[in-house]
Amino acid sequence: MSEPTTEELLDITLTVNGVRRQAQAPARRLLSDFLRHDLQLTGTHVGCEHGVCGACTVLVDGAPMRSCLMFAVTAQAHAITTVEGLGTIEAMGPVQQAFTECHGLQCGFCTPGFLTTITAYLEENPEPTEHEAREAISGNLCRCTGYQNIVKSVLRAAEIRRERAAGTRP
Amino acid sequence: MTTKMFGAPIRRKEDPRLVTGGGRYLDDLGHGALAAAFVRSPHAHARIVDIDVSGALEVDGLVAIYTHEDLPGRVGEPLPLLIPHPALTHGRTPYALAKDEVNHVGEPVVMVVARDRYLAEDVCQRIRVDYEPLAPVVGIERARDGAELVHPDVPGNVAAHLVQQNGDVEEALAGAPHVLDLDLSIERSACMPMEGKGVLARWDPEKAELRIFSSTQTSTGVRAAVAAKLDLPLAKVECIAPDVGGGFGVKIMHPWPEEILVPWAAKTLGQQVKWTEDRREHFISSAHERGQLHQVRVGFDDDGRLLGLDVKFWHDNGAYTPYGIIVPIITSTQLLGPYKPGAYRCEFWSLYTNTVLVTPYRGAGRPQGCFAMERTMDAIADYLGLDRAEVRSRNFILPEEMPWDHGLLFQDGRPLRYDSGDFPASLAKLKALVGWDDFAAYRAEAQAQGRKVGLGIGCYVEGTGVGPYEGGHIQIETSGRVNVSTGLTSQGQGHETSFAQIVAEELGVPIEDVFVTTGDTRRMPYAVGTFASRAAVMSGNAIALATRNVKAKALRIAADALEVAVEDLEIVDGVVQVKGAPGTQMSLGTVSVLSNPLRYAFDEAAKAATQFAGTTDLSKPPVADDDEPGLEGKDFYSPTQATFANGMHAAIVETDPVTAEIRILRYCVVHDCGTMINPMIVEGQVHGGVAQGVGGALYERMVYDESGQLLNASFMDFLMPYASEVPFIETDHLETPSPLNPLGIKGAGEAGCIPVTAVIASAIEDAEGFPITSMPISPVELWELRARHARGELPSLAHHAAYRTSEENQ
Ligand code: FES
Ligand code: FES
Repeated sequence: MSEPTTEELLDITLTVNGVRRQAQAPARRLLSDFLRHDLQLTGTHVGCEHGVCGACTVLVDGAPMRSCLMFAVTAQAHAITTVEGLGTIEAMGPVQQAFTECHGLQCGFCTPGFLTTITAYLEENPEPTEHEAREAISGNLCRCTGYQNIVKSVLRAAEIRRERAAGTRP
Repeated sequence: MTTKMFGAPIRRKEDPRLVTGGGRYLDDLGHGALAAAFVRSPHAHARIVDIDVSGALEVDGLVAIYTHEDLPGRVGEPLPLLIPHPALTHGRTPYALAKDEVNHVGEPVVMVVARDRYLAEDVCQRIRVDYEPLAPVVGIERARDGAELVHPDVPGNVAAHLVQQNGDVEEALAGAPHVLDLDLSIERSACMPMEGKGVLARWDPEKAELRIFSSTQTSTGVRAAVAAKLDLPLAKVECIAPDVGGGFGVKIMHPWPEEILVPWAAKTLGQQVKWTEDRREHFISSAHERGQLHQVRVGFDDDGRLLGLDVKFWHDNGAYTPYGIIVPIITSTQLLGPYKPGAYRCEFWSLYTNTVLVTPYRGAGRPQGCFAMERTMDAIADYLGLDRAEVRSRNFILPEEMPWDHGLLFQDGRPLRYDSGDFPASLAKLKALVGWDDFAAYRAEAQAQGRKVGLGIGCYVEGTGVGPYEGGHIQIETSGRVNVSTGLTSQGQGHETSFAQIVAEELGVPIEDVFVTTGDTRRMPYAVGTFASRAAVMSGNAIALATRNVKAKALRIAADALEVAVEDLEIVDGVVQVKGAPGTQMSLGTVSVLSNPLRYAFDEAAKAATQFAGTTDLSKPPVADDDEPGLEGKDFYSPTQATFANGMHAAIVETDPVTAEIRILRYCVVHDCGTMINPMIVEGQVHGGVAQGVGGALYERMVYDESGQLLNASFMDFLMPYASEVPFIETDHLETPSPLNPLGIKGAGEAGCIPVTAVIASAIEDAEGFPITSMPISPVELWELRARHARGELPSLAHHAAYRTSEENQ
């Protein structure tokens, strides 16, 4: 019984979806719980809490990270992007739009993790082949879709990015 | 109608919300609620000697600790046996918190409520439970030998024993020219939705009302169970299923212990309480399925036609049987697939083991049944040296023989009678899709390159859309917005879209104006739930019937107002108009205003409607005796029996000659679920089902050690397929409408996963040349089978070479 019964709170300053935020959290609080319950950004989901499913993936300074494997305090001074930061219903990001076009989701629980992962991936590889698209998502678990339409969504998202860059689509 | 909605691959209405973080899953609700956590049994079988909470009391943030002793009245009684059956002579259910004894690892023993989940878990860790371990019964063989008992008062660990038969099997087998015996086994797996279970409850002390949110597949079931357990009037309990992150069966069991305990704690404490299951809890305390051993004895003639089929199997039902014996009943009936079995007899024993309980997992007993039947078909083909597809087709029930009555009782207690289907047509499509007749050449080519490939096939029939009923309610607002509700729930199947399509088509309104609510007992208190591929059949038809009622009312009111005959009216794009003279028209919103004789002009629609206010007939009341205000309608659909969907799959696999790695090169599906509401959604269901089937065939198993510890209770160790493991799925469809319901629909939710294990086994066997009788199969296991085959301990397929091309035979 040596653990303290009252937890010390630590100050955290970070940027979330472009907004600077200040908050407090105990040292052991997971980034996933911090985002979901303290900042009430519930779009990020927790499927396993042990780093395997990828549902909790967020972007940390643009790179995909599993927020269930990070403590909130380690996000200090970093920029976090969650699914809420990728777009809105009125102005969806390319990957979000592609998922709605290609039936890339069923229950939608794994989806935020896929969206963040794919968004970062397309930055690096804007013109993936089908095989590369499949590889890019093979660190995320989905129990509903059988992945086929997610692969399709990756390719479609790449196309939407190109269309938007060329100004052929809003 | 401008565009046809029913049958079109419409994009899902729910998606924009879900892809932007707007989903509301259970754990997204109840900000600031107290958190529950559980101390769960670390033993598979033990007596509880003592529970000491003294060390936990000092944790800051602790609110309450409950053990079985604290549970009052019915909360402390065993949970209900939901589906009793005469053959279930020894049904046993658990307590919400264990009383005196635990029967599987993960059984809840103590509930803790604290300010947040971290603190609740701190408390759990400081609670000491003393156990006196008892001998655990793990695995079907141990349960079957009956030397140790799970429940001391259940002899032989037999919960249920059931025999069903049609015809004289003994005689049929005795007279059959050929008889084969097969031993076939399937291991345990689990649904594993990405979102675990969860419950949030709020007690309103002023109204003495309870509101429950549960990530359930049946909100009406949870509501009724909680009302009964907490001794509350049903009218004072409401239950809502919010967005649910997958179910696949495990969320249909009701009530789970937590679904009683959390609402009870919320009422007792007068505060919101929430429990969100973590992944380890899901592994050890939520249900599993699939574990069965089968013995098949089959008699057939020289052409491969079945004369008699005698099946015995042993089903592992885990520690308790709250959901009855639905799974083995389904296996025992649905293993018949598309075939005429000749005389048939099936006998099963449902056995207790000290492992977590078993309830249906997508496919529900069918993957095992299909495996047993399809392995048998392959064995017959091999024995006679016939083409495997040919043997199947010789045993098919033909379209002109429909409806076909097997003379057995199905899971719903009603006759196992197929309503429609065209199996020869499905097989023809499958053979064309996979290139069945060209495979020999492909194999020869592969062999020349030193590669081993095999072709597998599997056929199934799935009873879908089981009753008893579902309802639909439609309400058209003065704005023209159409509110649709049905009581069953949604876990990703796209119900918001499919049901909206039905309404848009039936009513003649744009789909954008249709808003569907599912699984909310406030909106539709009569419902059963989403399981057994029943949602589209049951709620889809109920909603269509309700829409027809509302449409009739709308046309009647509009006909009066426009002074035309009802028959002359049609509804196009939300506007009621005179056929051929679209100038004479009014919007459905205006009809809605007219349906409610209020004197207040709340909005523009109401003002606009005044032009249609005819002269009032003062001799009649404003609302006629046989009418109701409002443009609303409700109806229920209740069928006399299940409808039977079917399908056939084929796959080509490659097995590595050295490492025994198994790769699926092609996967082809022909699927017949009657009329399709949205082919895109149906395909999605097929894809997801196949992926789960691939998991069941190659990766997923629950590894219990002999003391009953689940050794792979994490995603690290329980392997589910990633994108890298699921093949590209090629699909083709056949639509033989069901004659049983107005829309001709059959269910499509589970089909994808039913035959996969059988198909992959068939393909591996075909590649390797020796029998595959146990699934799932890992490369190591295949490697060992090869070694045994090389040592002569495992026979070669009898006539394996007989149906190859002549060049290959050398
Ligand atoms: S929840 Fe973080 S990887 Fe699964
Ligand atoms: S859509 Fe349900 S888990 Fe991926």
